[in-house]
Amino acid sequence: MKFGVIVFPGSNCDRDMMHALQDDLQQEVVPLWHKDRDLSMFSTNDCIVLPGGFSYGDYLRCGALARFSPMMEQVINFANNGGKVLGVCNGFQILCESGLLPGVLLQNDHQKFVCKNVFIKSENNQNVVGRAVGDQILKIPVAHGEGRYHADAATIETLQKNNQIVFRYCDESGQVHIQSNPNGATNNIAGICNANRNVFGMMPHPERATSDALHNIDGRAILTAFTHMN
Amino acid sequence: MQATLDQAIKLGLREEEFEKIKEVLGRTPNFTETAMYSVMWSEHCSYKNSIKWLKTLPRDGEKLLVKAGEENAGLVDIGDGWGCVFKIESHNHPSAIEPFQGAATGVGGIHRDIFTMGARPIASLNSLRFGKLDNPKTKWLLKGVVKGIGHYGNCFGVPTVGGEIYFENCYQTNPLVNAMSVGVVEVNKGLTVSATSHGAGNPVFIVGAATGKDGIGGASFASADISEDSINDLPAVQVGDPFEEKKLLEACLELIKTGVVIGMQDMGAAGITCSTSEMSAKGEHGMIIHLDKVPTRQSNMKPWEMLLSESQERMLVVVEKGKEAEMQAIFDKWDIHCVQIGEVTKDQNLKYYMDGELVADVPAESMVLGGGAPVYDREYTEPKYFQEIAKFNAESIIVPSDLKEVAYSLVQLPTIASKRWVYNQYDSMVGTGNTHTNAPSDAPVVRVHGTKKALAVTTDCNSRYVFADPYKGGMIAVAEAARNIVCSGGTPVAITNCLNFGNPYNPEVYYQFVNAIKGMGEACLKFDTPVTGGNVSFYNQSEDGPVYPTPTIGMVGVLESLTDKMTMNFKKPGDLIYVVGLNRNDINCSEYLHHIKNVTHSPAPYFDLEEEAAVQETILRLIKLKLIFSAHDISEGGLFVTLLESAMAGGLGFNISTDANIRKDAFLFGEAQSRVVVSVNPDLHALFEAEMKNVPFAKLGTINYNQDIVVDGESWGFLNDWKEAYDTAIEKQLAN
Repeated sequence: MKFGVIVFPGSNCDRDMMHALQDDLQQEVVPLWHKDRDLSMFSTNDCIVLPGGFSYGDYLRCGALARFSPMMEQVINFANNGGKVLGVCNGFQILCESGLLPGVLLQNDHQKFVCKNVFIKSENNQNVVGRAVGDQILKIPVAHGEGRYHADAATIETLQKNNQIVFRYCDESGQVHIQSNPNGATNNIAGICNANRNVFGMMPHPERATSDALHNIDGRAILTAFTHMN
Repeated sequence: MQATLDQAIKLGLREEEFEKIKEVLGRTPNFTETAMYSVMWSEHCSYKNSIKWLKTLPRDGEKLLVKAGEENAGLVDIGDGWGCVFKIESHNHPSAIEPFQGAATGVGGIHRDIFTMGARPIASLNSLRFGKLDNPKTKWLLKGVVKGIGHYGNCFGVPTVGGEIYFENCYQTNPLVNAMSVGVVEVNKGLTVSATSHGAGNPVFIVGAATGKDGIGGASFASADISEDSINDLPAVQVGDPFEEKKLLEACLELIKTGVVIGMQDMGAAGITCSTSEMSAKGEHGMIIHLDKVPTRQSNMKPWEMLLSESQERMLVVVEKGKEAEMQAIFDKWDIHCVQIGEVTKDQNLKYYMDGELVADVPAESMVLGGGAPVYDREYTEPKYFQEIAKFNAESIIVPSDLKEVAYSLVQLPTIASKRWVYNQYDSMVGTGNTHTNAPSDAPVVRVHGTKKALAVTTDCNSRYVFADPYKGGMIAVAEAARNIVCSGGTPVAITNCLNFGNPYNPEVYYQFVNAIKGMGEACLKFDTPVTGGNVSFYNQSEDGPVYPTPTIGMVGVLESLTDKMTMNFKKPGDLIYVVGLNRNDINCSEYLHHIKNVTHSPAPYFDLEEEAAVQETILRLIKLKLIFSAHDISEGGLFVTLLESAMAGGLGFNISTDANIRKDAFLFGEAQSRVVVSVNPDLHALFEAEMKNVPFAKLGTINYNQDIVVDGESWGFLNDWKEAYDTAIEKQLAN
């Protein structure tokens, strides 16, 4: 099993993701350039990661340009064939823009960029991440200006009914309420997956919480989940 | 067409400088040439009014791989084949006019200084000064500056890990925005690059963004007093594109690895003019430049506009002849302009052509600092306000009866209160190197990936102290920076400084400048932290007068391993709290005296360089011996604020007693220097006290098992209530 990490021109969490996977979780990682279009070395056991950053500067809607990159065409095929895909922060935005995940990420309700530790908890054990995390309350950093998850009521209801909500923002004791929501996301949604449960998107950055040197390893459970079979 | 004296003066040159240009050239310069000299000989580029004194600062040290002023930034050896490149720079005037772009491009500019030398930036800091926070304009400036810093840094992908913000009336019209960048480079792999140019026939490239009319004359704009009319200088403010710079960073670092680069310099102040002349002068060669080849953002740009443009995200690169294609491939990969605009010549003149016509022809060396740029010796006299300071008598201040209320007001002063409204808007964690988030220390500690090492980084300057006593205040700025590094477990290595002062032609301002330099220099010698470079920003004044003299110190320290790190939070209930250093009967120049008692003029607080060095040596030893569990230095707000900050970070209250020999307000809120609050396991207290050979110390009390704060047996309430007041003070003011 190996990970592929896509590097867009404005990715800035690509190296962090590679450090986390290689150094902290001892995983094999292949960097992928956004202009390339070869994913032949990846099987559906593998996982493609879309890291955080500002893929094309985010002057247009976040992720709106990245979805058109040659590599993204391949990622869409890869996902549709059942391959695992994880998008973090800007990666989540790209997955929504490319239609691999429903909904959209809007500007934070307070209209400011926000970077701080938040707490999240898994919603259910109907997906590989939820099973790995269990009922732990995880402390994971967020860093985004446009992280307010939004979808129409019908979509939210479907996500809920299908157990596609992977993470919600909560407080240290696991309570989900408006004060524990860093950006005004609908129903405190921090991460979701697709109906097939092989494509995941989340705003918090698990790769920033995998190292003892940073005094927080809560992100390991999330990333390790992708080494398991679906 | 020959330029006239009138034109030269309008461009900011002095009459004798225009004469000097004629002498250099042996003819009257044309307008384009005059414009070029006007920016190169502006204070911002030439340091003409400061260089004499800058040269007196200690600039040597065994760890310095590049001497001050030799390159775009300092380079120090951090061991194991790695070097650290760091620098601080001001963007005060642009930020005063257009806070968002002014601050954003300040951040972009300082990062370019770092990666133009081959280093990857891993941390940025900023030191900000504003007027009173209840003023609507201050709120606008603060919001804009913070958004600008966040906009650029967050997208560029370098964490903003620390800094400082002060609010004082003197910065009302002229805020200060100083940005610092710290990068690392593998020096033993030869990955550093010099800003030089040599080898006749080697191609000269411009890479990065297209050249526009933004920022024309920015360096001259930075070298004049600011006024209400400065808004008319808006085109002198540049516009930043952090996405372009992120690509430029990656492309440049990739290019450097190929080994084809002769020299590289970023385009900041004075754009093409500055980069071509400084690189050529350094390499003792000349250049032929074809301006018509420069990619432009708008049509019909005149030669002088292209030469002076300060459009951001550009670099001048000289590579070995024959390697052009190798270079082009890398920049194509990143979709960045990469255009050959000329070549290096043996003849040491710079010849600029436009559509085949020679538009300027100047000797490179005549333009630059250390070459033909003028050097002035300015007069200085002791400021008159010193008399008012001398009149201050602490006895006239009655010790307040309700010290708890005073403390409560103090922790909500914007200079002291939590800056979380600010720093939560900065990505402080990208790069997964910043250990500060989950384990705060006096100076943020950032690990260096690929090594066991970490860097402790800080910016410091209490400008009120410098105003009260420029010499002592200059020493304190360096000492406090070193103290913060030491309290974090680091060994101070070197400094960069950003010298923000008023108009140098004012002898009282120049007195402040000269004496602050003397103080800084002496402290740098004591702590063995040479000056690696930095920036001088004069003309920080408005109709209200000059700002406080503000020589901001950016310091870097090294930790051989993260296990050497010390944090500031109280760890364990029952641990003993000590102060290392002597508590004194001193309220001088404190936040308490200035903002609670409204005394604007008082002497600088107590400071003794030898005492400071002994305290720092002791703290570092205690950390190595693992005899202390927390360390936090006493600074603005005094002992009480220090205790509260350690308590808030640890979630534990404290119980302390004051000293009957010291007035209570001085004990709790005084800012006498060279003191550090530490906590000690009771079982180790004898060992701890045995190490206090060279320094005075006192036991203050203990860490509580609960959130109670107790002073002299009296309850001062619960930690969470204090924390709420401290955390939300700035947010509440901004919401109004």
